[in-house]
Amino acid sequence: MSIADVVQLVSFGILTVMVLGAALGVVLLENIVYSAFLLGAVFIGIAGLYVLLNAGFVAAAQVLIYVGAVNVLILFGIMLVNKRQEFKPLPKAWLGRAATALVCVGLFALLSTMVLSTPWVLTNLPIAGDDSTLVIGQHFFSDFLLPFELASILLLMALVGAIILARREYLPDQVVAPAEEIQRPVLTLPERPRELVAAATPNSPERMITSDPDNRNK
Amino acid sequence: MQLQYFLLVAAALFCIGIYGLVTSRNAIRVLMSIELLLNAVNINLMAFSNYLDASSIKGQVFTVFVITIAAAEAAVGLAIVLSIYRNRDTVDMEQFNLLKW
Repeated sequence: MSIADVVQLVSFGILTVMVLGAALGVVLLENIVYSAFLLGAVFIGIAGLYVLLNAGFVAAAQVLIYVGAVNVLILFGIMLVNKRQEFKPLPKAWLGRAATALVCVGLFALLSTMVLSTPWVLTNLPIAGDDSTLVIGQHFFSDFLLPFELASILLLMALVGAIILARREYLPDQVVAPAEEIQRPVLTLPERPRELVAAATPNSPERMITSDPDNRNK
Repeated sequence: MQLQYFLLVAAALFCIGIYGLVTSRNAIRVLMSIELLLNAVNINLMAFSNYLDASSIKGQVFTVFVITIAAAEAAVGLAIVLSIYRNRDTVDMEQFNLLKW
C-alpha cells in the first residue's frame, strides 16, 4: 500500500465522517438555521469526495452551485419564513419516527447487501482525470446536445415560475372598489401591501381577506 | 479505494435523506432533505463514472444535469413554501392538507 493510497483512504474517512455527521445534524437538529449551515458542510464534503473520484470540474460546480446558490437560497427562505412557532405535538409521533427509522435501516441494509454482493466489472481504460472538463464539454455539444438545451429552457422556466409563485399577489377587491383607490398614494403598484412582521395584527383587514388558516383547513 | 465504499456512503446519505423527508415537519427542512437525496444519487453517478466508465465519463455529465435540475427544484420549491406561508401563516407540514381527502 503506497503512501498515496493511505492519503486517499484517510481523506475519504474524514470526508465520510463529515458528510454523514453533518447530514444527521441537518435532519435531527431542532434549530433550522444550524441545519442550513450543516447542509453547506454536507455539500463541501461531497465536493471533496468528487475530487477523490478524479472529477475536478464537477467538484467546482458542486461548490459553486450548491454551496453558493442553493444553500444561500435556503438561508434566504429561512429568513423570509422567520416564524418561531412550536409545532403542536402529534399523537403517536414516536411511532411514525420509529417506523421510518426502521424502514430506513432496512433500506440501508438492502442496499449495502446489494453493493457488497454484486461482482462489479471494473474497467482498465485510462482515467480521464484532468481532461474531464474537455470530455464533458464534448459530450455536451455532441451526444448530449438536446438535454443540454432542454436544461437551459428548464432553468428559464424555473426562474419565471419562481418569480410568479413568490410574488405578492394582486388584490382583486381593489379593482372592484375604485373609491378606495383614490386615497392610496400615487406611485404604488396595485399589489397587496407589504406586511411588517412585528406590526401584523391578527385583525388587520388584509388578513381577513387572505385567509383564516382554521377555516380553510376544513 | 474501492467502488463499494462510495456506494455505501451514498446509500447511508440516501437513507438519512429519506428519514428527514418523512419525519420533519418544517417545510424548509423537507427541501433540505430532498437536496440530500439528490446528492446521494450524484455520489452514485460519480462513483460509477470513475470506476466503470473511466474514459468516457458520462456519469459526470449526468451529475451536471442533476445539479441543474436540483437548482431549479430548490428555487421553485422555496417559492412554493413562501407562497404557502403567506397564505396559511405556517410552515408546518401537518397543516398543508389542502389536497388531502
